[in-house]
Amino acid sequence: MLRNTWIFCKRELRSYFNSPIAYIVITIFLLISGWFFFNSLFLVNQVSLRGLFSIVPFIFMFFAPAISMRLISEEKRSGTIEVLVTLPVKDWEIILGKYLSALILLSTGVLLTLTYALTLSFMGNLDEGALVGGYLGLILVGATYLAVGVFTSSLTRNQVVAFVVSFVIVFTLFMLDKVVMFFPGFLASFLEYLSVDYHFSNIVRGVIDSRDVIYYISVIFFFLLLSVRSLESRRWR
Amino acid sequence: MIKVKDLTKNYGDLKAVDDISFVVQTGDIVGFLGPNAAGKTTTMRIITCFMPPTSGTVEVDDLNIFDNSLEIRKKIGYLPENAPLYWEMNVIEYLQFIMGLRGMNGGNSNKRMKQIVDICGLGSVIHKDIGELSKGFRQRVGLAQAMIHDPEILILDEPTIGLDPNQIVEIRNLIKELGKEKTVILSTHILPEVEATCGRVLIIHEGKIVADGTAEELQSGFQGRERIYLELKNQDQEVENKLSNLDKVEKVERISLPSGETKGFHIESSKGVDLRESLFNFSVQNSWTILELKREQASLEEIFRLLTKS
Repeated sequence: MLRNTWIFCKRELRSYFNSPIAYIVITIFLLISGWFFFNSLFLVNQVSLRGLFSIVPFIFMFFAPAISMRLISEEKRSGTIEVLVTLPVKDWEIILGKYLSALILLSTGVLLTLTYALTLSFMGNLDEGALVGGYLGLILVGATYLAVGVFTSSLTRNQVVAFVVSFVIVFTLFMLDKVVMFFPGFLASFLEYLSVDYHFSNIVRGVIDSRDVIYYISVIFFFLLLSVRSLESRRWR
Repeated sequence: MIKVKDLTKNYGDLKAVDDISFVVQTGDIVGFLGPNAAGKTTTMRIITCFMPPTSGTVEVDDLNIFDNSLEIRKKIGYLPENAPLYWEMNVIEYLQFIMGLRGMNGGNSNKRMKQIVDICGLGSVIHKDIGELSKGFRQRVGLAQAMIHDPEILILDEPTIGLDPNQIVEIRNLIKELGKEKTVILSTHILPEVEATCGRVLIIHEGKIVADGTAEELQSGFQGRERIYLELKNQDQEVENKLSNLDKVEKVERISLPSGETKGFHIESSKGVDLRESLFNFSVQNSWTILELKREQASLEEIFRLLTKS
């Protein structure tokens, strides 16, 4: 039932926006991405968002783990998880609700950078295909990282551990296509397929291929499934 | 009705719960009594479907924890140990959140909210953040959470911990009131609490049930001898000698005050022998003035210590 999922999502959103967390994280995100954006704008003198699109996946490597690290680990630390899972709700409703709240927070940050695009549109002609592709790509990459973050958050009661482990996984996913030259052909193309950045560079070019989208959706699904399993694992401990 | 059958839970090599079986009838108030780490919380966590047993099963009204976990969770209200809550939410937000997940909405839910706020005495703190509340209020918010859907079964893990004596009495009365219609299982290691609230006591020690019955049953069952306390106005050595020679008296023990004065005597006899009448007559014969004469029962505390001393 999606009703429960939405109730969990709302609660998490409220706790993000009622505390300074959301504002701090979004501000830092906008500062860093803005610095890179204007840097490339004035240095390269080009009406393009390419600078932004190339830097944001990097920022996400820190941004996504930071907003997802507390989602489940905090419930475990404080013991509130015991109330949650003894309510008549399903484990996947908890995971999905929490995941969506983080996704909404991340998308808020990303969509605020549309102001940069707006600035550009006054200066020259923007490639709309690249714009749509770029933003879709960014959200897919962010969504993938958050799924990893939710999973690592479900493994531990310590937020810092959740952050570090999800950073390591996300970093690995990001780097896979940068190390392919060290591997033989078949393995190389396999690693390339697993790489987040490889699919992102396809989408950013404005070519929205279902294979790339399917890649992201399956990685997200995989990690969310692992999170549900991990939450259920109290059952055989 | 809750049926617990051959329940065992291992954490690695540690047996937290060791082959426990018992039945709780609807309308019972059952107290789990035991030292820390005896297996009380683990048993509760299994009944509330927080985690499964290693072996054995629990049935709630013919529903099984393995097959009908969601339905069982609907029937149960659970207050975990230390009442874990979201500190950044305020009281009303939190209760609304729980109500939403319990599928309660519409006009009735507002009515129920008012009721529960009244019952738990939360009126003055309803818009405060939970993190700002005192331990006592947080405990009450936890209770409100457990009771908000008017459950048939209430499972309360140490419900009165952290409360002041007045609040403890209030909560105990509340539990007794609820127990008239509902099944209540509560755990505690405060002995007077079970005597005051529970119709039935289960003493759990090292994962096993070591005693099961009403407080009175346990007291009479574990009392090896009768003991009477006697205090006289004039109690010298002669009195003690005369008492020891009285028929059926097995032992006389002098109780001294720190100052060395005699406070009174403990007079023991074998089980089932009531010496009170003969002691009274004996004192009258000797023209002793009785200040106090009473039969002493083994307290639950003594039974508890007897059973759980390893």
